[in-house]
Amino acid sequence: MRITKTAAAGTLESSDVLITVEPASGGGLQIDIEGATAARFGKQIRAVVAETLAGFGVTDCAVRLQDKGALDCTIRARLSAALLRAGDETGSVAWEALK
Amino acid sequence: MKLRRTMLYVPGNNSGMVKDAHIYRSDSIMFDLEDSVALREKDAARFLVFNALKTLFYGDIEKVVRVNALDGPFGREDVLAMVAAGVDAIRLPKTETADDIIQVEKVVEEAERRYGRKPGSTKLMAAIEGAKGILNAREIALASPRLVAIAIGAEDYVTDLHTTRSPEGTEIFVARSLLVMAARAAGIMAIDTVYADVNNEEGFEKEVRLAKQLGFDGKSVIHPLQIPIVNAVYTPTKAEIEKALRIVAAIKEAEARGSGVISVDGKMVDKPIVERALRNLELAHASGIEIPEEVRS
Repeated sequence: MRITKTAAAGTLESSDVLITVEPASGGGLQIDIEGATAARFGKQIRAVVAETLAGFGVTDCAVRLQDKGALDCTIRARLSAALLRAGDETGSVAWEALK
Repeated sequence: MKLRRTMLYVPGNNSGMVKDAHIYRSDSIMFDLEDSVALREKDAARFLVFNALKTLFYGDIEKVVRVNALDGPFGREDVLAMVAAGVDAIRLPKTETADDIIQVEKVVEEAERRYGRKPGSTKLMAAIEGAKGILNAREIALASPRLVAIAIGAEDYVTDLHTTRSPEGTEIFVARSLLVMAARAAGIMAIDTVYADVNNEEGFEKEVRLAKQLGFDGKSVIHPLQIPIVNAVYTPTKAEIEKALRIVAAIKEAEARGSGVISVDGKMVDKPIVERALRNLELAHASGIEIPEEVRS
């Protein structure tokens, strides 16, 4: 999937994460994590983000996470929604392919 | 016996509530993708509930998802995603005809095939929220072998009827009774509507008692505080349990003697009374009161 515009999903409520994705213009993957959890869980969050991006075949985009203590499954959900909103693919999601 | 005394309503786009929904020990959780989710958040809520169902462990609590109507832009994708995630039951809103159930059943069948889920494993529930649906309740209840419960949604129903809800529930009395009869005729469960005034515990308990008396198997709840109140109303009293035990003991003894007629506490006991006693013992056991299996069967 190609990221063609800036889009966000999620909220800044407790247990959630607000994720913004935007085109990286050939810059590859950039992942920025903000929030109190970044220092302790940054590595794990990065792994979840990388895995989700790979699942959607996204190789070129900037991801910004404002984390409020979201579980891995919430990060996956919010990133998936943000990618679909920012990407060039429409139609039914391949649910069976998602982790 | 699967209990559906309480079905806790959880807005599908609220990550904190989706994450914690199991800790209140309702019999079922109903994740909502419909009315509680804004139009522009439908996609995000679908992903949130999908990922929660795939990842989080809700124990033995039944996981139900209220999807959007199939004739709109979101319903079909909701059903596909939830079946792929392994939901226990799909709850269809605003059901008006048996055909509404047949249509959702077709999408569920397609999704079970596509995602390799056991054919027939996804159950269905139907919420009936208008006069047309209530008048078609019998046909709706019989529309699919997957259907395990029908529910009444009173807020939309009273709007459809050009009235409002009263504390006594006069305006929904006929609808409630028709719904229970339709459920019983089809051998499925009947679930009562939500009670919106969370702070009015007395009014809530009164409504739960009314629903139970009408024959409902349980109630949709919108706040964890409502769960213990419903459970208490649906748990048989000590006197009811003791009486049921006496009836079952007497009937077993009569069977051993080859006699069909018995009396307990000076009153004749016939088949419906035995059925009620057995149901009370099942309910007591399922509510956490130890009842030996040989007595319950």
